[in-house]
Formats: sequence, C-alpha cells, structure tokens
Amino acid sequence: MAGWLFVITLVLAVAAVYRPLGDYLHRVVSGRRSNVVERGIYRLVGVDPEAEQSWGVYARSVLAFSAVSILFLYLFLRVQDKLWLSLGFDGVPTHIAWNTAVSFVTNTNWQAYSGESTMGHLAQMAGLAVQNFVSAAVGIAVAVALIRGFAARKTKTLGNFWVDLTRITLRVLLPICVLATLVFMVGGVVQNLSGGADVTTLTGATQHITGGPVASQEAIKELGTNGGGFYNTNSAHPFENPTTWTNWVQLFLILCIPFAMPRVFGRMVGQNRQGYAIVAVMSVLALASIALTVGFEVHAGGTVPQAVGAAMEGKEVRFGVPDSATFGAVTTLTSTGAVNSFLDSYTSFGGMMPMVNMMLGEVAPGGVGAGLYGLLILATITVFVAGLMVGRTPEYVGKKIGAREMKLASLYFLVTPAIVLIGTAAAFATGHNATALNAGPHGLSEVLYAFTSAGNNNGSAFAGITVNTPWWDTALGLAMLLGRFLPIILVLALAGSLARQRPVPESEGTLPTHQPLFVGLVVGVTIVLVALTFLPALALGPIAEGLS
Amino acid sequence: MTMLADRPAVQSTPVKSGMLDPHQLWRSLPGAVRKLDPRLMWRNPVMFIVEAGSVFTTVLAVADPSVLAWIVTVWLWLTVVFANLAEAVAEGRGKAQAATLRAAKQDTVAHLRDGREIPATELQQGDVVVVEAGQVIPGDGDVVEGIASVDESAITGESAPVIRESGGDRSAVTGGTRVLSDRIVVRITQKPGESFVDRMIALVEGANRQKTPNEIALNILLAALTIIFLLSVVTLQPLAIFSKAYQAAAPDTIAIDAHGVTGIVLVSLIVCLIPTTIGALLSAIGIAGMDRLVQRNVLAMSGRAVEAAGDVSTLLLDKTGTITLGNRQAAEFVPVDGVSAAELADAAQLSSLADETPEGRSIVVLAKNEFGLREREPGLMTGATFVPFTAQTRMSGVDLGTRQIRKGAAAAVIKWVGRSSDEVAEIVDGISASGGTPLVVAEKDRVLGVIHLKDVVKEGMRARFDEMRRMGIRTVMITGDNPRTAAAIAAEAGVDDFLAEATPEDKLALIKKEQEGGRLVAMTGDGTNDAPALAQADVGVAMNTGTSAAKEAGNMVDLDSDPTKLIEIVEIGKQLLITRGALTTFSIANDIAKYFAIIPAIFAAVYPGLDALNVMRLHSPGSAILSAVIFNALVIVALIPLALRGVRYRPSSASALLRRNLWVYGLGGVIVPFLGIKLIDLLIQFIPGI
Repeated sequence: MAGWLFVITLVLAVAAVYRPLGDYLHRVVSGRRSNVVERGIYRLVGVDPEAEQSWGVYARSVLAFSAVSILFLYLFLRVQDKLWLSLGFDGVPTHIAWNTAVSFVTNTNWQAYSGESTMGHLAQMAGLAVQNFVSAAVGIAVAVALIRGFAARKTKTLGNFWVDLTRITLRVLLPICVLATLVFMVGGVVQNLSGGADVTTLTGATQHITGGPVASQEAIKELGTNGGGFYNTNSAHPFENPTTWTNWVQLFLILCIPFAMPRVFGRMVGQNRQGYAIVAVMSVLALASIALTVGFEVHAGGTVPQAVGAAMEGKEVRFGVPDSATFGAVTTLTSTGAVNSFLDSYTSFGGMMPMVNMMLGEVAPGGVGAGLYGLLILATITVFVAGLMVGRTPEYVGKKIGAREMKLASLYFLVTPAIVLIGTAAAFATGHNATALNAGPHGLSEVLYAFTSAGNNNGSAFAGITVNTPWWDTALGLAMLLGRFLPIILVLALAGSLARQRPVPESEGTLPTHQPLFVGLVVGVTIVLVALTFLPALALGPIAEGLS
Repeated sequence: MTMLADRPAVQSTPVKSGMLDPHQLWRSLPGAVRKLDPRLMWRNPVMFIVEAGSVFTTVLAVADPSVLAWIVTVWLWLTVVFANLAEAVAEGRGKAQAATLRAAKQDTVAHLRDGREIPATELQQGDVVVVEAGQVIPGDGDVVEGIASVDESAITGESAPVIRESGGDRSAVTGGTRVLSDRIVVRITQKPGESFVDRMIALVEGANRQKTPNEIALNILLAALTIIFLLSVVTLQPLAIFSKAYQAAAPDTIAIDAHGVTGIVLVSLIVCLIPTTIGALLSAIGIAGMDRLVQRNVLAMSGRAVEAAGDVSTLLLDKTGTITLGNRQAAEFVPVDGVSAAELADAAQLSSLADETPEGRSIVVLAKNEFGLREREPGLMTGATFVPFTAQTRMSGVDLGTRQIRKGAAAAVIKWVGRSSDEVAEIVDGISASGGTPLVVAEKDRVLGVIHLKDVVKEGMRARFDEMRRMGIRTVMITGDNPRTAAAIAAEAGVDDFLAEATPEDKLALIKKEQEGGRLVAMTGDGTNDAPALAQADVGVAMNTGTSAAKEAGNMVDLDSDPTKLIEIVEIGKQLLITRGALTTFSIANDIAKYFAIIPAIFAAVYPGLDALNVMRLHSPGSAILSAVIFNALVIVALIPLALRGVRYRPSSASALLRRNLWVYGLGGVIVPFLGIKLIDLLIQFIPGI
C-alpha cells in the first residue's frame, strides 16, 4: 500500500510540474536577453551570443566542448594527488581515469571505481560535479536544437550552442540544485569537507567513514539524470539517501526535467497537444515498466524469497521492495543509472526490466534532453510507416520525412543496438566475460547489462561483474563515447535538414500525431523494435533464467 | 504479337487490374530466374542478402548434406525467385503494351518539305515535314499549315478521328498517328529518340525505372532493419557458444552444437527476420502503380509526379469542361406580362430552330421536353426567314410572315422592342445575380419572357468534391467568368474556392501563393498559355488534345483529355503509398511469430525452460525452422496480387485510413503467420528426417 502511495504521489508531482517547468524551460531557451554573469562568460569564452549556428557548427561546438571536457577531466583525475583536498588518494590510474572522464562527460556516470576510496573532494566537486551540470546541459541543448529544426521555417540555423549551454546551466540546473541541496541537507544527507572518521563498529572492527560535499553532488546527480554516486553504493548509502522521503525527492528530481521536455517541444512547434502526445508515450512506457518491475519483485518466485516472505536480498530495509524496485525502474528508464539496491540480486524478470528499460533507447522519459530527442526519432520513424499508410509523403509537425531524414533517423536507431550487441559479442568471443561473477544465463545478463548501460549512456550497474580491468574500461569507454556522440551528430544533422524545410500546412489528409492512436503506435513501434533487436540475446539471459 | 500489332495499342491489352492470371506467373518465371544475377540483385539490398544466404546454405548443404539443409536451401532460393517473380510479372504487363506501341512506331518515312525522304528516326528538332492522307505522322510536332483529321487510336485507343489544324490549341500532333484526310505540314518539336511514343515505351516497360523519393526513403528504412537483424543474429553466435558450453550436458541438435547455432539455421533466422515481404514486393508495387495510370490512359513522365499526386493539397480545376458541361444550357422559361409559359417556349423554340450553337440547341430541347413542342425542321417551314446572330444586333430570330420573333441579350432586345417593364428588368437581374445568363425573347412590340441559360454542373461533382475535402484536398475552380457568376457556380458545385476572371498570370500567381504556404498543387491545362502554370504546378496534367507546349510543360499527359481524371490520379498516387506502408507494416509484424517459432526451436535444447515460448507447439526444431522459412517464401507469392492491384482505397480522412490499415495489416500481420506457420508445420512434420 505504501508502495502504491509512493508511486502515485510521484506521478502526481511530476504531472504537476509538467506545465510550469516546461514553460520555464521554454522561456530560458527562447529568451535572448543576457544577464551580467552570462555576458561575462560570453566575453571570457569569446562567443558572440547573437551569432546563429548552422547544424554543422552547432555539432562541432558540442564535440569541441566535450573533447576539451574529457581531456580536462582526465588530466584532473590523473594529477589529483598534486592538488588540494585529495584526502591522500593517488592519481587515478590511466584506464580508470579515461573511463571515468568519458563516463561523466557523456552523462553516463558509469563508475568503474569506488567513490570514497578513489576520489578526493576536489575531484568530486570541481571535476565530476561540473560535468554533471554541463553534460546534462549539453543533452538539453541538443534536444532544443532538434525542436528548433522542427519549428523552423526555412532557415539554416539552429541557435547558438554556447548560449544554450550557459543559459540552461545557470538558469535551470543551478537554481534547482541549490534548492534541492538544502532539502537534502534537511533530510540528513551530509554536506561537509571532512576527510572522514574512523569508528569502531558493533562487532569491534574499525571502519573508515568518509564525509564530503554529498548533498550538493546528490542534487545534480539526480536532476541531470547523471547517477554517479559520491559513494560506491550510490543511493543505497545512508549518507546519500537516508530516508524514504529523500528517496522520493531523488526520483522526483530525476523525472521532472525529462518529463517536462515534451512541453518545450509542444510550445516551440506551436501545438501543445504534440507535447502531450509525446509525454503520453513516455508515461505509458514508464508506468508499464514500473508496474512490471515492482510486480516481478513483489511477487517474487524462487525458494529463498518465498521462505523469507519477500525478495529482500540486495535491498535496503529502510526502502523495502516496492520503493527499491521503483527506484531501479526509474533510474534505468531515465539515463540516471543511480541505484539504491543491488540489481544483480533481483528476480530474473525483475532484473531483466532495467535492462529492457535501457534497451528502449532511454526514451521513457530518458535522460535530460537525450530522452526527448530519442523519442522524437522514434516518432519520426513511426510517422514514416504510418504516414505511408494514409497515402501521403509522411510529415511530422509539418516537416516532410524524406530520404535524408530517414537516413539519419535509421542510423540513429542503428547506433546504440550495434554498440550493445557488438560489445557483448566481443566480450564473449574474447573471453572477457570471465570477470562476471556468475556462469550461465545470469553471467550472460551481467555482461549484456554492462554494455547496454554504457551504450545507452545510462551508467546503471547490474553489479556482479568486475569491470575495472583495462579491457573493460577501454571497451565500455568506447561504447559510452560512441553511444553519446554519434547519435548527437545524427540528431543535429536531422535538425539541420528539418530546419531547411518549409512547413506543410495541416489538413484532413495529414496523419494526426496528437491522437491516442498515434501515441499507441509509437509505443508499439518502440517496443517492437526493441523486442526484435534484443530478443535473441535476452532469451539466453534473463528469459532462460526466468523460465528454468 | 502480330495479332496485337494490327489492333489499337492500349485497348488491345486489357489488363484487368484486380485479377492475376496464374499463367502470367508461369510465363514470368524465366525472367525471374534471369534476375538472379547478383549484379541485378544488388539493387535490392534485402533480397541480395537472401541470395547471399542461399548461396551459403547451398555450400553447407553440399558439404554436409541433410534433409533439413536441402529443403531449407531450396526454399531460400525459392524466396529469391518469388521476389523476382513479383517484379517480372509487374514488368510483363507493361512489356505487352510496349510491344504494341513499337509496332505503331514502325519504319515510318518522313517526307521533308524540300522533297527529301529520310527515315523518321533521323528527324531533327525543327525539321518541317509534309504528311498526306493515309500517311503516318513521323514525329511529334505542331501543325504549321493545313487542317486534317487524324486517327490517334494507336496512342489513345480512341477510334474516333480528331481534327488537327495550324494555329490555336489543336495544333499538336503525335508521331505514330495516321492522317486520314487532307494534308498537313508539321514542324517537328521532339529530339530524336525522345518522342512521346519512346517515352511511353520506356514508361510501361519499367526498365531503368527511377526510384521515387518515398521509395528511396523506405528502402533506407528496410536496409537499416536488415542491418539490425543481421547484427542481432550474428552477435548471437558467441552467446550461443557460451550457453551451450555452460549446459555441456545438453544434446546437440540440428540447430545448435558446440560450435554454436548451425549455419543453415542462422541463415534461416536472418532471412525470416529481415523484411523480405516488402523487400520482395517493393519494386513490383512501384511498377504496378505506373501501370494503373497507363491503364487509365494517363502517362506520367516520372514516378516522382505520381507520388506528388498523392501529396497534393490544392486542386485547380477549370470550370468549363471539368466542373460544368462544356456549354450553357437553357434551364427555364420565365414568361412576363401574362404570357403563358408554353407560348414563350414556342416562340423561343421557333427563334432557335436555325441556331446551331449548343445554347440554341438546348432551348429547342428544353421546349420539347417541358412542353412537348416537337422540333420543326427549318427547311420545311414555308415563309420563314431566319435572322442570324451578329455581333452588331446581338440577337437572332425568325420572321414568319408578319410575325417577327427575336431572342438575344436583354439590352439589345429591349431596344428592338422599344419598351420594357420593371418585371422584365427584375427577372433579368435576378438571373444574372444567380450566375446565369438571361436571354430575352420578344415578338415585334412586346417582350414575351426570359430564357434562363445556366452552366450545368456535371453530375456527381459535388460528391467528388466532398470526398476531396475528406481527404484534405482543397478544390479551387478557375474561370473567366465574373466573380458573381463564378461564386454562384462554385456554390452549386461545392468547390472550396474559386478564381474569377482568371488570366494565365493569375493562375500562375495562385499556384505560387499556394506553394509558398507549403501546399502541393495539381492542375490540368491544354492551351499554350497554360504552359507556365503547368510547369509550375507540382502535378501538371496536360490534355492530349492540347498544344505541344502544354504537353511539354506538364509532367503527365491524359490521352483521353478528360480533366476530371485529375481526381483519379490523386487517388492512384495515394494508393501507391498506402500499399507500400501497409506491406511494410505487415512485413515487420510478421517477425513476432517467427521469433516464437525459431528461438525456442534453437535454444530449448540448451535451456528446456525456453520451450514455454513454443506457443504454437510446433513438432520439432527442424519443422519449426522449416515452417517459418516456407511461410516466409509463400507469403510473398500470396501477396503478389495485392502488390499489383494496390490495397483497397476509399477516400477518407487520414485517421480513418490509418485505423483501418493498422487493423488489417498490423494486426493481420501479427496473427496470420502464427496460423500459417502452424499449418505448414502440421503438413511437413511427416517428412522423414525433420
């Protein structure tokens, strides 16, 4: 019952901020007036805020910014021992530094390291947390650029990346995070620069407990759908996520921006109902997934869960089964990847759900920005097939979906499955699956999960596999890098192609893309595409396990 | 073929669009086998993969023969052949038409005006030729001198001869047609090898067909799906090896052993998953779409134009001939000042007996129909002197002894009578206001009444326009009439808008304005002054009776010169796209059942729990895989008639169309293969070794 209340209040809260937050985001990305701080930043970086960028320039700006970020973060981590507040930790080893740099810049936040025993406070605050902000802003900026492409009337430009990045960071992410940090501190999340304390436990052993700027990190970890925990156990750690209600606030922060993005889409294309349609697709998929995950976990089969009365292995007692399962579903439906329970210990089908959530392509509602552009691509593909069935060249919010648009959209939906499947197959073909803890189908799931998480820029860990070896760090780093930037390039190219078009006016002969029929169709296409792509692999992993 | 050659072309090969003659499949088989050439297959990536897979399984079957290997191999080859068969059948229909057209082109000799005689194929643009009665016109051109009746049946299938004369809008002649009487001088306007007949042949043969924009986009989607499935199956292999090694005790089967999934089964899985159904039928759908136009005597100069027709959102229709019958007709007799209607009708008929204009004839007919007044032969009436219409008097009539009857424009007749009444003025104004034309009838010193002439809207036009509206297409009537008249007719016909007192420039401006707003415009035209607008329109249908400038400017030619056909063209364009979309949906939906057949067939031996996915309870792994492969091949053949005919299309809104097609092809695509595969499994389980 409490589990239902948890989910229902969450849904209501996210629904309540859909309009105000979406409208505010819309104002931020459409506004032209800069304040003093922003003008200072533009002058510092040498950017003309009035200059509009073509898709190519926009894409090059994203790539250049991200490349510099990776390089900077990599060096930062390598030399953290020479800087302040390192807590005496060494510089991070090469392959872990590479993996972590890529991971945080790509908004994946896959963690091949254990936070409290690897990173000093400065590396956490000035290195990782900064990327938490800007990688989220990059995602939103790219989504906004795609929307501008849909909304444009015969233009060549998509706005200015530097302006979008600055405004989104300063006007959206930062203020909400300040507020959220305070809320978390009230809730008992630690916020200090302490190096930690040695305490003697009940059993008499000595344990080192690290403090740190956790509350501030936590806020952007969730708001930016990043998911990289301060501590190794992430949101299961009592300093990161002490109570049920902080758990609720974390999920709310995760969901609020991805679910508000469709409103921005609706506003910018001048038809709010298009936004409602997209958010409906996201909601149907998300609610179904949460219901299934919670259902699989609550009605757990298997000998042990039935003996103890619930599938409690790997779950925190203070959260209980439904809240843990909801957290697991939400953080994989979005590209957050934070965990408050040990997914490896979930029931077979319960553990399959987070994997399926990510395989959907992170679109329900997905990462900040990334979720919307992923879903708009799926909607575009749906429009194409459905549009042919009504006898017209398919068009979506007035833009024709021709050969060029289809080429870009098709490549987009090829990229991530290709990374996941090739990566998984490569691990098995080269024997690197051996670092998985389990054999058989569960071991297969552990490997498949790792590549699914990296390729989709989720960062969630199934756990149960050792991935801080050079091979895994390199392979997963590449998966994250390609899984983030190839789609971004394709999305921006699509935006450029759409922007050049003159919109086609709507008529009775136009496929309506705001009605339940279309919503159902996009849901169907999303599920079928995923099922058809991943079913063979899933059959040998969680499905084989679950049916045995 | 000789039998065909001496009959009129298009009519001689009546291809019923709905029916597929089984013999046609058989006849096209050699062509289908010839198309197995990989250099040709490469054009269709989906089927190319199937062919490559077939080669691979053939090698495997030779190296390690088994019943399953050979049967799968045979059915994979059949899958490719069936796909080629679809295309060959579609092309075959066009080839028959092309042959008769070639026959009409024969070895014509051109008689140049300077007396030289050269083969028609050597004619250059600008050459001037003389064509006498009985000769075949050697090339496309304009009549520059003379008038002749021409038999165009070789092109249009219409046996009644048409008149072609120099100057004006009836000056264009087509190569391959025959002059029946008189002599004309023709200036050739075509380049060698680019005549109308040449283009027609290229069109119906389907050879070197250019892919249309939507077809290219769909091909990209299909290629992407193919890559996805290829990846998904190929990357399965290391996982399969791992799983088999883990369950070392599991027995080897025909589907999986220590080396992973066997080659035969892996290829079967790929072929079943990639969208072979639509991949096989895509090109046939395109060819058949063009073919449907040709059957309606419309020649599209490009496939692009046919697709654009489906996208049209504004239709410009000439009033005269398209919306209304060619001429105004008498609709009513309105008597005045106590004259009886019959008396007026009698006078009106008498005054019109010698009037051979359509308006005049319609007055005679109306009088006959409404008042039983028999038509009297002008020649048999004694003492009758007919007064013809002149531009000066603006009236015509008859003098019967002392009786003088006149009919004509209101002002002219009233002036002739010398006096009028308010009643007459009121009626005349009323008729004008309603869009009609008043003709006043008078006898010597008194006005008898008024004849109401009006444009007669063709039957069924209002319903057609309602249909268009439901399809989201705006209809605009183009007319030279004044706005008042135009508005009245527009309201009666039910068009959405009209352009009155239209000049060619107005038409062009209207098209550009619509296109500025992102709309695609279709129109018909025949005159030289229509040419700029025809060229500007996205779909410009020129009438075959029109000038060569008009035919050159448009991207379609209607051989029947029927402007209403524009509506059918739009429907054919839509049907073409819908057929592609529907079969794509069907093809993808099919995969669900195939997974349920093949995945448990391969892996249930390793993980017995996976047998729960064998929801169809198929006999054995071998029979399950084979059933899926056979179903996959047979469904292509089963859908060839649908691809050629096109899916049923009824004009309706986009939502209604989508809902219907989703039910039929989406849901049908999910269910049908479950039934089909189970049925095939029931039959083939008796094959030994399966």
